Amino acid sequence: MNKTDVLIIGAGPTGLFCAHQLGIIGLNCEIVDNLDKAGGQCIELYPDKPIYDIPAVPECTGEELTNNLLKQIKPFKVKFHLNERVEQLKKAESRWNVKTSGGKEFDVASIVIAGGVGSFEPRKFPVKECEKFEGNSLLYSIKDKSIFKDKTISIFGGGDSALDWAIELSNISNVNLIHRRDGFSGAESSVQKVKELNDQGKLNLFTKYQIDSVSGNKNIESINIKHDEGDIKEIKCDYVLGFFGLIMQLGPILDWGLNINKKTIEVNTENFETNINGIFAIGDICSYPGKLKLILSGFHEGALAARGCFKYAKPDEKLRFEFTTTSKAAQERLGIKK
Amino acid sequence: MAKITYHTHNNKTYTVDVQKGLTVMEGAVQNDIPGIDADCGGGMACATCHVYVKEEWLDKIPAKEDGEEDMLDMAFEPKNNSRLSCQISVSDELDGLIVSIPSKQG
Repeated sequence: MNKTDVLIIGAGPTGLFCAHQLGIIGLNCEIVDNLDKAGGQCIELYPDKPIYDIPAVPECTGEELTNNLLKQIKPFKVKFHLNERVEQLKKAESRWNVKTSGGKEFDVASIVIAGGVGSFEPRKFPVKECEKFEGNSLLYSIKDKSIFKDKTISIFGGGDSALDWAIELSNISNVNLIHRRDGFSGAESSVQKVKELNDQGKLNLFTKYQIDSVSGNKNIESINIKHDEGDIKEIKCDYVLGFFGLIMQLGPILDWGLNINKKTIEVNTENFETNINGIFAIGDICSYPGKLKLILSGFHEGALAARGCFKYAKPDEKLRFEFTTTSKAAQERLGIKK
Repeated sequence: MAKITYHTHNNKTYTVDVQKGLTVMEGAVQNDIPGIDADCGGGMACATCHVYVKEEWLDKIPAKEDGEEDMLDMAFEPKNNSRLSCQISVSDELDGLIVSIPSKQG
């Protein structure tokens, strides 16, 4: 059991800055995120794209922003629980008991949902029968590549994951790479490599093809792929891999009794608390009149939600408003030595 | 103002007036037309505002910018007439535009 003052759900910029604000006012927090790293959409969707509207930062990439926020919260030694999705919240007297997908449990005074548009999950094939094979011979991520040795693998996608795995697996397996168009979004050097391997007969590249059907009993035995112009090819294979990036899903958040409207959680703008006492929502996932989905708005919301958490963590204390320029207590928490 | 028609996958049709300057995605979201999720809010980063543009309108819409085709790789059942509706700005020339919404966005 992890006991702390506040649990933040989501390690995007909003969640990270909220951790900073909690640290400044002397509260402890831990952060859970479904991705394998901090940064949320900034890292997953646009790590290299410049952002131009962070106050006082004329230009920075999603990755730089994340790294700076991590640096800013370093003094507070925040504990991260990555690759974990929060599944269940249960009120336990005046506190909350939280359970994650990986079986971790938390005992917290309040919860801040900074979940963006939900947790990232792999995008799946459009063909319905694919579900039947998911997890055994149809996969959206690779944990152990040795299972593919000497097998025939059909890989779908045109981004870096599809290209990198096609190249890598072509050493140990018989690889088909299937993509919907001639162009690829992955790195040019990988595209060249794939084309070379195709010319040398070390992998089979099919462009302008998409999946049409899969067949097999327990495991996949063959798939049909369909060309833009309609002709269908049958490919015998043992495994099918799909790399179509990630999609965001609200998931279990929908089951917690929160007021949800168009995939966002309604909050008040005084402290960003939801309809449930002790549960706050900030960043892209919250909605209120005038809401802007900007990172800077998320920072503001996090600062207020952190202060809203105080009365749950320390019911007998009064929070005094202080500036970091002058507050001894804040500077001590930041580890500043004078 | 332009009239934009959205066909949903379950054969419902919505025709709405969308102000110039908004995108086809915003026209759908603001009018509660189901099936366009627009998770990233118009940043060309998620492909959940994917639509099929009626063939005769395809060449009247400004061409795809870099990155849109890459994102369409991620879309659910992309076709030759696929576009991201967040990348289609509404103008007088698009009065009468017809798009169809795929059965799913993810």
